[in-house]
Amino acid sequence: MATASQAGDGKVFPTAAAALAGIARDGMSIMSGGFGLCGIPEHLIAALRELGVKGLTVISNNAGVDELGLGLLLKSHQIAKMISSYVGENKEFERQYLQGELAIEFNPQGTLAERIRAGGAGIYGFYTRTGAGTKVAEGKETRVVDGETWVLETGLTADLAIVKAWKGDREGNLVYRKTARNFNPVMATAGRVTIAEVEQLVEIGELEPDMIHTPGIFVQRIVHGMNYRKPIEQRTVRKRGNHGVVA
Amino acid sequence: MAWSREQLAERAAHEMQDGFYVNLGIGIPTLVGNYIPAGMKVLLQSENGMLGMGPFPYEGEEDADLVNAGKQSITELPISSYFSSSDSFGMIRGGHINLSVLGGMEVSERGDLANWMVPGKVVKGMGGAMDLVAGVRRVIVLMEHVARDGSPKFKAACELPLTGAGVVDMLITDLAVFSRKDRHSGFDLIELAPGVTEAEVRAKSTAKFGSALS
Repeated sequence: MATASQAGDGKVFPTAAAALAGIARDGMSIMSGGFGLCGIPEHLIAALRELGVKGLTVISNNAGVDELGLGLLLKSHQIAKMISSYVGENKEFERQYLQGELAIEFNPQGTLAERIRAGGAGIYGFYTRTGAGTKVAEGKETRVVDGETWVLETGLTADLAIVKAWKGDREGNLVYRKTARNFNPVMATAGRVTIAEVEQLVEIGELEPDMIHTPGIFVQRIVHGMNYRKPIEQRTVRKRGNHGVVA
Repeated sequence: MAWSREQLAERAAHEMQDGFYVNLGIGIPTLVGNYIPAGMKVLLQSENGMLGMGPFPYEGEEDADLVNAGKQSITELPISSYFSSSDSFGMIRGGHINLSVLGGMEVSERGDLANWMVPGKVVKGMGGAMDLVAGVRRVIVLMEHVARDGSPKFKAACELPLTGAGVVDMLITDLAVFSRKDRHSGFDLIELAPGVTEAEVRAKSTAKFGSALS
């Protein structure tokens, strides 16, 4: 039982570890927002590492890099299976995969996003052209309509979704910033429990209702994260006076 | 003389039209953005959730919340918009993007594309490539005409696992340009790099294609 100071004040929890208390367990499925290292729930990932829960199935577009993001949970062998679209930047991932310590299911990125959207919206499945005629379609039902082949993909949900937003209020309404939005809002809809970490926790009424990206109904717990690292994976810059797209 | 990477990118940029929404893949396709004609309105889509990608930031102005699909720091423009991954792929899958330019490992004479998996090498994943080729209205592939060992990459049939079947509309290699009028037709050779002959291109391809050299 959490102590009074560790328990939530409504949806608000004092730390990522407190927010995960009573929820994180071995063998669970977890959706984790972010694209590369952009918009990842870094404090909740760090807290999962500390809690040491194992045998996790993690649904995330990418798998972090060796020392950051989900790379931390890979390094500590907490992940049994990943469902992702691209995992190129992680050597430890590659090593565990080749050793047979880690299972991987690749989904096309748009199919992954739509499976999560469908899961969150109560849709069993959908037919898509993506992957028709490729390995992705193997073993799946297909239909030919008007000469086009469509592949049945099913909705995805998870025991837990962990997401990162820029601002959130005490109700769990969330606003994301720039491309850090990515998979976060759709994953927030598809967790049986969704925990959001935010850079700025504000009072109810401070967010413009018309500007809310994720309504609080999708968020059960919220944590104010401090001291974000927010690394840039590929730092690319241009010289002053260069107006081109590529430096 | 074969075209350089920059010349390939420049050639692909000729396919842009005013008002186009375009997705550029990682590698040579990214360079295409440098050759969009001045005054032409083209919005670049980044599948991680942005339309209207701007140039790389000036040093010191990088923003960790603003990256492209290659995870590179970029900037926004006054016309830019942001959206979720599911909206982004809705745009892609729903046929709202006019043009996708991607790299390739193999292209077949039927327009099949293989660019995500090499047997014997660790698979990193297809990312958004399968959705792009399945959903974008026009797909252009940029690649070297032959592999490092000299073997053809424009083939009768792809040997590598496919990214998409029958999805390529135009192929631009360092030797030649091929296009087809629709996805049921075969490819025609339409341009040659300077000093390259049709015979050379045929000798370095196992794909069958017509010729429409002007």
